[in-house]
Amino acid sequence: MVNSGGSQHLVVIGGGMVAQRLVEALRARDDAGRYHVTVFAEEPRAPYDRVGLTRWFEDGPEGIALGDPALWADPYVTLHTDRKIESIDREAKTVTDRLGHVHAYDELVLATGSSAAMPPIPGNDLPGVFVYRTIDDVAALRGWVEQKRKSYPEGKPVRGAVIGGGLLGLEAAGALTALDAQATVIEFGTHLMGVQVDLGGGQALKRLINGKGIGVRAETATSQMKPHRRTGHVGRLDFADGGRLDVDVVVVATGVRPRDELARAAGLPVGERGGAVVDLSCRTEDPHIWAVGEVACIEGRCIGLVAPGNTMAEVVVDRLLGGLAEFPGADTATKLKLSGVDVASFGDAHARTEDAVEVVWADPVAGVYKKLVLSDDARTLLGGVFVGDAGPYASLRPMLGAELPGDDPSAFLLPEGGGGAPNLELPDEANVCSCNNVSAGAIRGAVTEHQCTDVPGVKACTRAGTTCGACLPLVKKLVDTELERAGIEVSTALCEHFDMSRAQLFDAVRVADLHSFSDIVARFGTPVVGSRGCDICKPVVASVLASLGNGHILAGEQSTLQDTNDHMLANLQKDGTYSVVPRMPGGEVTPEGLIVVGQVAKDFGLYTKITGGQRIDMFGARVEQLPDIWRRLVDAGFESGHAYGKSLRTVKSCVGSTWCRYGVQDSVGMAVELELRYRGLRSPHKLKMGVSGCARECAEARGKDVGVIATDKGWNIYVGGNGGQTPRHAKLLAEDLTSEELLRTIDRFLMYYVRTADRLQRTAPWIEEVDGGLEGVREVIMEDSLGICADLDAAMARHVENYEDEWKAVLEDPEKLRRFSSFVNAPKDADPSLAYVEERGQRRPATAEERASGVVIAGPKLEVRA
Amino acid sequence: MSSDDVSEAQAPGTTLVSDGPVRWERACLLTDLFPERGAAALFGDVQVALFRLAEDPADPVQAGQVYAVQNLDPFSGAHVMSRGIVGTRAGVPTVAAPVYKQVFSLLTGECLVAADKTPKGDLPADLVTYPVEIRDGVVHVGLP
Repeated sequence: MVNSGGSQHLVVIGGGMVAQRLVEALRARDDAGRYHVTVFAEEPRAPYDRVGLTRWFEDGPEGIALGDPALWADPYVTLHTDRKIESIDREAKTVTDRLGHVHAYDELVLATGSSAAMPPIPGNDLPGVFVYRTIDDVAALRGWVEQKRKSYPEGKPVRGAVIGGGLLGLEAAGALTALDAQATVIEFGTHLMGVQVDLGGGQALKRLINGKGIGVRAETATSQMKPHRRTGHVGRLDFADGGRLDVDVVVVATGVRPRDELARAAGLPVGERGGAVVDLSCRTEDPHIWAVGEVACIEGRCIGLVAPGNTMAEVVVDRLLGGLAEFPGADTATKLKLSGVDVASFGDAHARTEDAVEVVWADPVAGVYKKLVLSDDARTLLGGVFVGDAGPYASLRPMLGAELPGDDPSAFLLPEGGGGAPNLELPDEANVCSCNNVSAGAIRGAVTEHQCTDVPGVKACTRAGTTCGACLPLVKKLVDTELERAGIEVSTALCEHFDMSRAQLFDAVRVADLHSFSDIVARFGTPVVGSRGCDICKPVVASVLASLGNGHILAGEQSTLQDTNDHMLANLQKDGTYSVVPRMPGGEVTPEGLIVVGQVAKDFGLYTKITGGQRIDMFGARVEQLPDIWRRLVDAGFESGHAYGKSLRTVKSCVGSTWCRYGVQDSVGMAVELELRYRGLRSPHKLKMGVSGCARECAEARGKDVGVIATDKGWNIYVGGNGGQTPRHAKLLAEDLTSEELLRTIDRFLMYYVRTADRLQRTAPWIEEVDGGLEGVREVIMEDSLGICADLDAAMARHVENYEDEWKAVLEDPEKLRRFSSFVNAPKDADPSLAYVEERGQRRPATAEERASGVVIAGPKLEVRA
Repeated sequence: MSSDDVSEAQAPGTTLVSDGPVRWERACLLTDLFPERGAAALFGDVQVALFRLAEDPADPVQAGQVYAVQNLDPFSGAHVMSRGIVGTRAGVPTVAAPVYKQVFSLLTGECLVAADKTPKGDLPADLVTYPVEIRDGVVHVGLP
């Protein structure tokens, strides 16, 4: 906490998405530090993406992380989790938390949100009845379903029902399906998602949802939930029409109630159907108390959507900083993917405007329903509904209230390529990103005034597309159009010597069958005299040549292209010495091997450390020592670990079914096989893999570029994970593969990546850029949509066949060995500038201070046993 | 390689700017240097990085030349400049520091690309250059 002298204290009650937005917006704008903000969250965690709750099953807490976690480390921000506020004292301007601590405020924001409503159906308190609102709800639901499954004989399904067929109910049904439980949605109204879509859309939605294995019962009222005779858990639903449904778990998703109890107790006015009443500035009757999000009753109602909540947060921040912003009215447009089904609606979806005209395009076979609502002259767009294909939504929604170009509005609803809809030129004021309230004009401005040249740049500049991402296709289109208009050509050139991107160069070199840098720069380089390449393009060409199989990386001209790590076949460290890593496939090493490594390290005075990839790194080796070190290692059966290359590093594994009580497959055996298969494969960036022997995932395979997790039926493969500065969890590519299918899938994935990724692009961003993302990758390598699989397979077969240990080859060639000299005029002399001190029983480089103070224990030359 | 080849490979004499008297030291045979790569040479406590550029028929001025700069990398404090990748920037022959990838002119030692880094301690960002002469296939470096 900073010294708050002079700054005011803002207290936010509630730690949901809108509270997060409010703090984020305040810190972005309050440069002068006028406010110190304290957030009291009832849940024991920082705000998370509640809209994406279902993702928690697949990706865990990080899958639903919200915004930059650094926000909560800001000295002007304090977050108290698990700290419910019990009361507000408006007179004293204080709040009291559940621990009885009293906190003074200058300004107070209610952001308490809603709670899930529980309808008064008899039996709603039985064990096995859940609501769907928080991470805790979802975790309890999962625990219950797993418990039920365990108590049943193998193969008997867990039967679930969801009461409520709205947005949340369908999310909950998707969650049940993700837990491998059956799901039936019970809807009181005539059709699913009655608030957002019309009857036709609801019926199309029902067919699509049925297709996902989810049952739907519309126009059904639940009269009671009955306990199971033996367990006392919920066991049956009885319906008003006399129907019944046996169940093991029930999720109630019939709506939400604003959490306005604090407002009521403090004597603030509340709306007819709850919610703290606020004016258009989001201020309550008390000039120092504000309300935002679902708890705010604005224009006479509470709004259960995040986008208007975020808008309210921005309004309050503006007001706190002296602005005059007003709530512009709720944009209730919705676009979401429910169990893989696209649903979107905006504006007057139910055509309630007088004399409104509806234009409908439906394809029941494909499960597509699209509707536009237009003014009586069929020109002005009033609303729309899209089920099964939300394609037109992104470009049409911002046209709400505007005249559509062209004569035939139905052209906008035809399948892509089928109608020739006129190009929409959005007006500058059209709202493109409703989550963050970004207009088309702001996006154009990011390109024309702030020199953004790509979508990530525009996202960072305007925050468009950073919340739900639904508008990104439109953002990209706007950015591309604007760049084109400004005459800016987005350069993918590698450097001044090559106009091509790495992927283009790779293809060019492969097709032209070139094998040396001179030939490549002569044929494809920019025509500039004296352009002999540089530190950017040379390693790229080196990698391309190596990936295409051109012999040893130090052979002939190739040696001039290598970065020092590849040139010395070791990893350069800060003092100019190198580290040495022998390969230990799958992290497996014999006692004899360990003794050799230990003895080598001891004899050459190397610092040893276990790496994150389950092998041993030996630090402090000088250039002239490397061949002697490697001769000992190669003689003992070790080979290069390629720790220095943009290539496969390691395949990490857990001990697997051979030793572990829980393992279901031989993960070490598979890891060894994979590491031996892909060792030496040069790629655009380093590659890491992992193999876990069961779902406990001890090998942390999902943090790898390729992760393999054993199932009782085979192997699941995950791709695109990495650690580093931007950690990513790998995403599921295919399930229950045989070992043979697994190898073929990895072969193709790696080769496709090697051929098409950009320079220094790891697999996660590469997958994002492949047309169609992960789905696109799946189509290419599993369905052979480009017809290149045979080629990819052949390329990998060549790699496997031609592998040789790089270090062994160096030791056998005097010309290559000549490179490992310290000085051309004193080839065996150690660099005299090296200095070391001892720490924890090993030596490490001396710091500048240690050198100055003379505590150095050893120079470069250590007694070395011959 | 025979001695005839060595004399054929002799490059035209190169003289770089240097203040004061120069002490010429013998470094190595020209053929000891791999074309288009660097090598370090040790003169007492002074470490020099030598770079022999490739023969390039299109570029008779710089092709085949040998350049010498300090081996100390000002941005890491390690003596590693000889292990950098050589190349060109707008026709100027360069070497890139292998640690943090700054790019320096081999002609003047000037740091052309700092790569968002500052030199270690109070080291100057630019490299010291040394004059080089090839006499009878032997590389000589002029030290101050």
